[in-house]
Amino acid sequence: MSRLDTATRTALLRDMVFVRRFEERCAQLYQETKIRGFLHLYVGEEAIAAGVCHLLRADDGIVATYREHGHALMKGVSAEAVMAEMFGRVDGCSGGRGGSMHLFDAEHRLYGGNAIVGGGLPLAVGLGLAEQMNDTDRVIACFFGEGAMAEGEFHESMNLAALWDLPVLFCCENNRYAMGTALERSEAETDLAMRAAGYGMPSRAVDGMDVEAVVAATGEALSAIRSGAGPVFLEFRTYRFRAHSMYDPELYRDKGEVAEWRQHGPIRLLFDRMVADGEIDPDAMAAIETAADAEIERSVEFADASPWEDVATLERHVYAPDREEVPA
Amino acid sequence: MTRDTMLPDTGRDDLLDEFDDEHDDGFDDGFDDGADDGADDGADDEFDDGFDAERSNGPAPATVEMTGREAMREAMRTAMLADDRVFLMGEDVGRYGGCFAVSAGLLAEFGPDRIRDTPLSESAFVGAGIGAAMGGMRPIVEIMTVNFSLLALDQIVNNAATLRHMSGGQFGVPLVIRMTTGGGRQLAAQHSHSLDGWYAHIPGLKIVAPATIEDFRWMLAPALADPDPVIIFEHGGLYGVAGEVPVADPGLPLARAIVRRPGRDLTLIAFGGTLPICLDAAHQLATAGIDTEVLDLRSLRPLDDATILESVRRTHRAVVVDEGWRSGGISAEIAARIMEQGFYHLDAPVGRVCAAEVPLPYPHHLELAALPGVDRIVRAAHVAMRGAVDESEVGR
Repeated sequence: MSRLDTATRTALLRDMVFVRRFEERCAQLYQETKIRGFLHLYVGEEAIAAGVCHLLRADDGIVATYREHGHALMKGVSAEAVMAEMFGRVDGCSGGRGGSMHLFDAEHRLYGGNAIVGGGLPLAVGLGLAEQMNDTDRVIACFFGEGAMAEGEFHESMNLAALWDLPVLFCCENNRYAMGTALERSEAETDLAMRAAGYGMPSRAVDGMDVEAVVAATGEALSAIRSGAGPVFLEFRTYRFRAHSMYDPELYRDKGEVAEWRQHGPIRLLFDRMVADGEIDPDAMAAIETAADAEIERSVEFADASPWEDVATLERHVYAPDREEVPA
Repeated sequence: MTRDTMLPDTGRDDLLDEFDDEHDDGFDDGFDDGADDGADDGADDEFDDGFDAERSNGPAPATVEMTGREAMREAMRTAMLADDRVFLMGEDVGRYGGCFAVSAGLLAEFGPDRIRDTPLSESAFVGAGIGAAMGGMRPIVEIMTVNFSLLALDQIVNNAATLRHMSGGQFGVPLVIRMTTGGGRQLAAQHSHSLDGWYAHIPGLKIVAPATIEDFRWMLAPALADPDPVIIFEHGGLYGVAGEVPVADPGLPLARAIVRRPGRDLTLIAFGGTLPICLDAAHQLATAGIDTEVLDLRSLRPLDDATILESVRRTHRAVVVDEGWRSGGISAEIAARIMEQGFYHLDAPVGRVCAAEVPLPYPHHLELAALPGVDRIVRAAHVAMRGAVDESEVGR
């Protein structure tokens, strides 16, 4: 695998640190009850969103899951808009209507934020179909967890995408637990890339903790997809460092297992590599963290200052505003 | 069967005969062995003649006669000719010609890119329709029957109906889903149900049910023009029924109920497959001196409250006729709205004629007994006219 240049590595490190610090701040804000509902944090998995989105173009689209803050940020949605959405305020990227699990942004082609496991895959297939029918070279990147591979919609979508050679990059974020159910307790065949290969599309497993490996695999996949070769499946092997959601006492896994994975986290891995190559030192890392924290605090202030939507407009956004003929 | 009116003055038995005709015609319903792929019949030629006449130098005809099946096919042709973004996707819509032969011939005309056969993956191809709609296309997704649509319920209810809202209005889903509904064909309990009203429960969806051949021909255009997901429930019994259809788009709004037969004494409220039966019942009631109005809802979501109430305020009596089940059905919603908005205009409780509370049975006589028929409608009308509740006659 070719080594990325210092500037790219630094950018990826900065991105991953930003997502990490953003998520940790969200956990605090949840304790402060600024963020409510379900909150699923991406801590430990940052290399995937950072690495894949690094190579996506602005005109590529993404479909993500309910653990999608990182994807939204990496696709270009501002921290302010993401944070305000989690606060439920009008300046949120979904106008406050979606919350943590339903981040959308038309400008950056973020099609959610889908909180039905597997439910986003058919959408990605359809978005890919639209690209194909319009003869573009755009790609739709679809993120989902390994838990989705037990859903019928996964099977249906993989088959349809491969059958029609659609420009979809299937990004399986295998963090080993479908909520609290370990992979080997939910899947008869745990070699996920091999399963995907059964649909007749190129597939491979990638170290999802190594952002350079993520970038390399994504680059190859995107080239193939843009050339019209059809969809690609990438299994990114990763680990969720924090609980599934804020209501999870983590009874299903050993604390030692979590600690072991934390030793091999994506930020540490890249940082150590850059230190070894003389590309960064702890002071520079501290500066990256400080800059991230400052931007995150600005997003918190922005979210806190953003108004609540007037209850008078409760029934907006159910139908297009200019077409409401007879009230239901 | 009457062929010279927009609507056949037909009862349930005639509808059933029509179904039988379909089988005799070689129009495979898609649920048999599928051996017959000759999706062509004389009616097609007749229909084509009508359009040839339109293109000739003589005076253009105001209407042509066609079947429900031909009307929907012509609606899809028109839509695809007018807009490159429109395409049809579903199980066996292409080479097979559609399980009810609605799309027969379209593959040859538009090619496999726009007439897309899909795998048996209701969730994926409905979801793909939603995604394609968000991506700028105007898909028509065909699902063979409402029962099969339950395999796509996640996509319809969790995505199509919610994406505009969850995205704060950024993304709409301008998608049309067509599916067959209704019983009468001895297809038993997994091919015959009427869940139209069930879907009408969902904010974010629009639910329409053409009951006339005119609406089979002209409802698709406003559905496709709508920026939100529209589900068209096509009663299987109407595909083979012929009617006169305006050659030009009458430009009717999607969500407007229409009085199909005016009357003074009582309003029968119908939609989809129950309209022909209600017209037949109204005819019988006329001989008994009861002047019956028949209202075709056309849209179940939104419901056209204004037109419903306008009728009931004149007739002071209403019976809702629905092939869906009574409990928790759309008939209950309609009756409640009449009560809420027109209680003091009523001279009798709102009556209901619905499907019996049973999965549809296979034997002909049992299926017939389970579905609303002319006799039950007439009986319910008499109960409403007496204005007194006879417990023994309420509830069926």
